[in-house]
Amino acid sequence: MSNRATNILVPVISVILGLLVGAVIMLVSGYDPLEGYAALWNGIFGDLYTIGETVRQITPYLLAGLAVAFAFRSGLFNIGVEGQLIVGWFAAAYVGVAVELPKIIHLPLAILAAAVAGALWGFVPGLLKAKFHVHEVIVTIMMNYIALHVSNALIRTVSDGGDRTENIFASASLRSDFLEELTDFSRLHYGIIIALAMVGVMWFILEKTTLGFELKAVGFNQNASQYAGMNVNKNIILAMVISGAFAGLAGAMEALGTFEYVSSKGGFTGIGFDGIAVALLGLNTPLGVVFGATLFGSLKYGALNMPNAAGIPIEIVEIVIAVIIFFVASGYIIRLLLLRAAAKKKEAK
Amino acid sequence: MSFLDVLYFIVPSAIFYAAPLILVAIGGVFSEKSGVVNIGLEGLMVIGAFVGILFNLLFADTFGGATPWLALVAAMLAALLLSLLHAVASISFRADQVVSGVAINLLAAALSIYLVKSIFGKGQTDFITERFSRYNVPFLSDIPVIGPLFFKSVYNTSFFAIAVAFVAWFVIYKTPFGLRLRAVGEHPMAADTMGINVTRMRYVAVMISGALAGVGGAIYSQTITNDFGHATINGQGFMALAAMIFGKWHPLGAMGAALFFGFAQSLSIVGSRIPYISEIPNVFLLILPYVLTIIALAGFIGRANAPLANGKPYIKGQR
Repeated sequence: MSNRATNILVPVISVILGLLVGAVIMLVSGYDPLEGYAALWNGIFGDLYTIGETVRQITPYLLAGLAVAFAFRSGLFNIGVEGQLIVGWFAAAYVGVAVELPKIIHLPLAILAAAVAGALWGFVPGLLKAKFHVHEVIVTIMMNYIALHVSNALIRTVSDGGDRTENIFASASLRSDFLEELTDFSRLHYGIIIALAMVGVMWFILEKTTLGFELKAVGFNQNASQYAGMNVNKNIILAMVISGAFAGLAGAMEALGTFEYVSSKGGFTGIGFDGIAVALLGLNTPLGVVFGATLFGSLKYGALNMPNAAGIPIEIVEIVIAVIIFFVASGYIIRLLLLRAAAKKKEAK
Repeated sequence: MSFLDVLYFIVPSAIFYAAPLILVAIGGVFSEKSGVVNIGLEGLMVIGAFVGILFNLLFADTFGGATPWLALVAAMLAALLLSLLHAVASISFRADQVVSGVAINLLAAALSIYLVKSIFGKGQTDFITERFSRYNVPFLSDIPVIGPLFFKSVYNTSFFAIAVAFVAWFVIYKTPFGLRLRAVGEHPMAADTMGINVTRMRYVAVMISGALAGVGGAIYSQTITNDFGHATINGQGFMALAAMIFGKWHPLGAMGAALFFGFAQSLSIVGSRIPYISEIPNVFLLILPYVLTIIALAGFIGRANAPLANGKPYIKGQR
């Protein structure tokens, strides 16, 4: 079996196994898995409205997935997407609320603010990794909590002690009458276009620029890259900054598109963590991220239909996602089994 | 409020918040000393907290006052089982240990709330009725200064946590088992050559980390929140992970760091009633432990070296 085929088979098998485990858990806890997955399916594709909402849900997952994947390609593990997303969400909403400008300036400004905030949040672990060799995993986890508490405090300051900001001015909104009408008045917004454009941007950076080549080289082998005269430290920082910018944009999607405000949070949104799953499933390629985000965005949105339609807690989908990540991470054993199966087939012939 | 009054107020509360962190951080020390990164501590703690509360609610009538302690045992077993998943993935299946840990965290959070909703029909459990009781240690609590600081209205669980830290230190640094554990984490190939079963050592270490994290989680839920919902263990496991690093992968260091984080946490909660501290915006106290961890990691508080083979699967025969 070719390497490429196993590369694609591992995620596919993982997804199937994840859904199977989900079915078993539903069965054991006294629910009907068929009914459950039917509710999930209808929650994703039921009608034009749900399809619109599903695509809306996919939007931030695309960007969060890109963020994780981009860092991965440079050999970095960015668990901080969650925090970068939160600061991006706040920055975009703040710019949307604080001033009113012509749309042509206001909207790009708000989006840019989110990207910059996320980039800044990615810069810290990048810098520490480059200068002090501090592992980025722990720093980004800590930065997540700092982002959560700081953004909550800022929201309280901005809203004079309230739990959420005002709605953003229409001039900063990503709202689209066209897309809404197309999907029976769902909250689908122009963010999806931005997200897909960023998929193209990531592909372009990685495949068509010197920077991308260097980033990938550093990801493969730092020492060799150093020896070849590349500035490894600069590349580590840049990779984290760009990754953070993608994550910040994911926050902008929530701030300017879906919610049009930012509220203080009792816990994490989970989008950043799911971004890890999206990237893993997509083999850290831009196109793969599109598939991963589509799957997870759909699962997440479709799950909302499960309590009503089948009486099953929505967490079942999160269990499925966790199991998928588990199996993707354990890809070695799946590869091994595939190889054995292939060898047996050869013998039989 | 005099300085001593402030201390009387804050030290017991710091110890109270630190107890679960100590146990979980020590669990992390065991796992990472053997070379297995355990980001999943948060998830293991969540399962411990959930099973602790569940057991307590189900069996409070049967076991009465012993319920919380028995709940610790149940929580320990549940988290141990979950940690086996991490062990299988990261030791036998050669998974990326960080990714596997992330999966454990997601799984624990989702599974526990799924079960809460299935069993209780709502997102939050009821409050437990059988709790650990606070008490004054006889004689010791009468000692001036020391008594009110450490021995007045305390939980047994706090003493238990501190005792575990010393036992862990003894086990890791003074027993043959500990020597093997450290060898496996520093240089698995050398350890293997000496006839140590690397895989088995790592499995045992991860299971110990699961057991301790489970107990820590159950202590947290049964002393601090008294019920279980999605926000019960909000980052405590990561805080413990930070304490482990801050304490330089040493059990007593981890305990010290956990006590300090407990202090920081209690400051953000009781700080509003203490002069001067009440004037600091709460957010600074909330982010203090995380910022300190980053600073500590950056090497401003002396170099800390993780076990050499930490995070790398051991593949026999590979150099």
